[in-house]
Amino acid sequence: MSEDITVDSALKKELQSKLSFAEKPGAKESQGSEATQTRETQLSQVSQEAVEKKEQKQQKQKKPKSIKPDEVTAAERLSKGQRDISVAEFFEKNRHLLGFDNKRKALLTTVKEAMDNALDACEEAEALPEIYVEIINMGQDRFRIIIEDNGPGIVKKNIPFVFAKLLYGSKFHSLRQNRGQQGIGISAAVLYAQLTSGRPTRITSKIGANHSAHYYELRINTLKNEPEIIKDEVKEWDKPHGTRIELDLEASYYKGAQSVDEYIKQTAIVNPHATIVYVTPDGEQRIYARASEDLPKQPKAIKPHPYGVELGILMKMLSSTPQKTVSRFLCSDFSRVTSKTANEILEKASVEPGSKPKKLTRDDAERIINAIRSVKIMAPPSDCISPISEELVEKGLKKEINAEFYAVVSRPPSVYRGYPFVIEAGLAYGGNMPKDTSASVLRFANRIPLLYQAGSCSFTKTVIATDWRNYGLSQPRGSPPVGPLLVLVHIASVWVPYTSEAKEAIASYPEIIKEVKLAMQELGRKLSRYISKKRSVQDEIKKRGYIEKYIPHIALAIDEMLELGEPVRIQIEERLKEILEKKRGKIESIEFDENANKDYDEEFAVKRTAAGILDDDYLDEEQGSGKQSSEGKKPGNENEGEKDE
Amino acid sequence: MKVRKMNDVHPKIKEFAEKIKGNILASRAPVLEIPIRSLNNVEFNRQKGHFTIKGKLKKRALAASTSRSFAQTLRMLSLAKQLIESNDIATKRDAYYTAYNWLEAGFKSQQESDEIMDDIEAMLFTLREKLGFIPDEKGGDVVGKLIVVDEDEDKNIVRIDCSKMGTGAFSVPNSVEQLKFETKAKFVLAVETSGMFQRLVKHKFWDTAQCILISLSGVPTRAARRFVRRLSDEMNLPVYVFTDGDPYGWLNIYRTLKVGSGNAAHLNEFFCAPRSQYIGVTAQDIVDFDLPTHPLKEVDIKRIQDGLKNDPFVHAHKDWQHNLKLLLKLKKRAEQQALAKHGLNYVITNYLPKKLKDQKTWLS
Repeated sequence: MSEDITVDSALKKELQSKLSFAEKPGAKESQGSEATQTRETQLSQVSQEAVEKKEQKQQKQKKPKSIKPDEVTAAERLSKGQRDISVAEFFEKNRHLLGFDNKRKALLTTVKEAMDNALDACEEAEALPEIYVEIINMGQDRFRIIIEDNGPGIVKKNIPFVFAKLLYGSKFHSLRQNRGQQGIGISAAVLYAQLTSGRPTRITSKIGANHSAHYYELRINTLKNEPEIIKDEVKEWDKPHGTRIELDLEASYYKGAQSVDEYIKQTAIVNPHATIVYVTPDGEQRIYARASEDLPKQPKAIKPHPYGVELGILMKMLSSTPQKTVSRFLCSDFSRVTSKTANEILEKASVEPGSKPKKLTRDDAERIINAIRSVKIMAPPSDCISPISEELVEKGLKKEINAEFYAVVSRPPSVYRGYPFVIEAGLAYGGNMPKDTSASVLRFANRIPLLYQAGSCSFTKTVIATDWRNYGLSQPRGSPPVGPLLVLVHIASVWVPYTSEAKEAIASYPEIIKEVKLAMQELGRKLSRYISKKRSVQDEIKKRGYIEKYIPHIALAIDEMLELGEPVRIQIEERLKEILEKKRGKIESIEFDENANKDYDEEFAVKRTAAGILDDDYLDEEQGSGKQSSEGKKPGNENEGEKDE
Repeated sequence: MKVRKMNDVHPKIKEFAEKIKGNILASRAPVLEIPIRSLNNVEFNRQKGHFTIKGKLKKRALAASTSRSFAQTLRMLSLAKQLIESNDIATKRDAYYTAYNWLEAGFKSQQESDEIMDDIEAMLFTLREKLGFIPDEKGGDVVGKLIVVDEDEDKNIVRIDCSKMGTGAFSVPNSVEQLKFETKAKFVLAVETSGMFQRLVKHKFWDTAQCILISLSGVPTRAARRFVRRLSDEMNLPVYVFTDGDPYGWLNIYRTLKVGSGNAAHLNEFFCAPRSQYIGVTAQDIVDFDLPTHPLKEVDIKRIQDGLKNDPFVHAHKDWQHNLKLLLKLKKRAEQQALAKHGLNYVITNYLPKKLKDQKTWLS
């Protein structure tokens, strides 16, 4: 399955999502737009170079029939004046783009990338994940991270590429719901480790009981973006199969809202089928036991939907398809394209259906793209998505927060840019949560907790844009609602539109915002029903208390008037209470019972902070970290984010 | 006209309490049935000459919204029973303060306790005086050709000659049931303001006109109304009423004295003097006597319109409708004392003699 992803396609894909994000009129990124621009420029330079390089290669090999001569000339001219940079080298200078902007974040990002891979691997092999995470503080800001899984293992020859070559992976080309998608994460961690500690990354992997385990020590050759094997040994390992990765890196460990601890905790919440053992840098062992024996439904890989395809990708697909005609190509390489649809597209694009895909020009491809947009094509299938399910979202919430009321919503599948996605959301209200702070928003994408950049995430923005006052909560302008409230939002998609490679926030696609908004409104309605029920019960209790307060007076007055004596007076009082009970019915208990929630686990409990959901952004600034540069706010100064070093 | 005797209150209270107790012990929610005390629950009874109650009841079943007043009603009733048994009295304000001992069942204001008292009175169809509750304010002042026979606390007979009060006056007691009268007067003259009353007393108008003067000082108290009623019934005397020429004097003072009020709907048969006649100041008087006037206030206009629309007494009397409409047309009102424009004693020498002689200028 693994294949070499060309640099240009990976970055193109990313760029496209960036560009279309910037184009959205609704996206309020004005203050960051300049920055985004710069970053795009950087990326496009690299991608441009990469494309050029490739084109040069193509020229040599195949003679450039499909590429216009003037472009080639320009490419040739440019290439002379430019140095060859590998993407590894590029990353070295722009590590903040991948979530390594400071030592604190580096620790989290490394754990996160390794855990994402481990969970993905287990699920793909349909094994219930058992993940072991250990962080050892080696002093002087050096940490060792060890992550071990019981996944299928990696075949020997692939090990160096998986871990020590950027943009190598199985996930990028398949449109399938996965945690990882770029093929960049773990090798970026390897690169970061080698840059900051100078030590190679140690990998042990075993693919079956009858196979021996392979032990590798790896580095990345940053110039060539190729793995360098320091050591290659056969090792005894008592595990039947699995992978273990051990990295040394410069980092710092903090507890709190954006810590590794929190990340692991939240991961456990949305992955109830996984058992996670975590040994903290303080030597404390935490076990998050599996709560469900059911593996999530294995998501199917789908072919791209025409609506989500852009020029660069289309051209690449045209050049690599085994199909003989462009009509067959459209039908077989895309989802939801019938031969009728294909012909309609090609007719509009004035392209002969029988043409060979490889012979189409850039202009042809562009006309096809334009034609696709004017043809009605069925939405992509949604069985490629594996949502958490309402039941497990609720279970997760209950585990984490001891509230009086829970509501969950699973939206029907929807589509943005040809990618199907599902929004799931949950809400916990009341209980022990503080009443006068902003609601917490927990964000998840394909079961990955998102801890950073809450402020620029479309989830947070949509929670804020929802008018919670309609549902009985108070809400200051431009803020999340205030009250004992926690909101969880999860997106499951074959391709999650992150705002950056660091996978910290979800881009503001109108389709996604709409679904989140509808989910929030549904939760809001459920909540307001609960709040009003609670109010009416409280009213009833008040009324009852009111009557009960006066019953003794009634009995006393009757006693005084008729001189009945205490026994009769008590009898009258009791009878009055009975009458009352009969008349008003039994009262439903809405008292918050701390012990009623069987799923609640103190270990999981999210520690809410007074600053509410936006505290992570404040924290970043407090620590003088360079989160800003990860958003590209200070163009031209890549080192802005690396004060720690 | 038969005046009902009301000395049967004590057994009534017990009977009522028994009924409530019975309901509770039978597991039925107790209900208080109280006649509604308002103008829309009275009608003008031509035969009897006063307002009679139409019988609309408000039911106060024991519930959240009523539990407090329910408890207060019963406790107030119990207090009444204690007052009767110990032959004591409590003013409305006394009762209000007594309820401070009821803790959470106490009253927030005297208005609240007065309401409960009126409810009990209506519910038992009795007089609150009979329950031992007396009003805070006293009845009117009386001067004239009348001897009131009363008893003091030691049961000695006391004769009070109202023509020999010096510069003062006989003050109508809170309870007038025990009083007896001796008189040769030809009529009773009820006067709204004490200023006018003082002038008539000063110049011995009661002597010249052979009458009994009573000052009402605003809307007459129940005692004053009852006093006038008994004088009128038992001594067979007509009652002439002299008030300011404005809707308050007519619809509040005169109408209440003559036929009763909405608030006392259940008691009007005792507390009104149907033989009352209105002698002035009428709207026509304002024109005829060229009296100095004030413009009608917003509230006056509202009261007139409300009277025309809702007052059963006005509905039953064309002359009153005419009088009210004329005032609306004039957009003016005149006080009794405006007559002083023609000389301080013009009222004695000219106005009253003229009016008393000319029945056509009266209103029914």
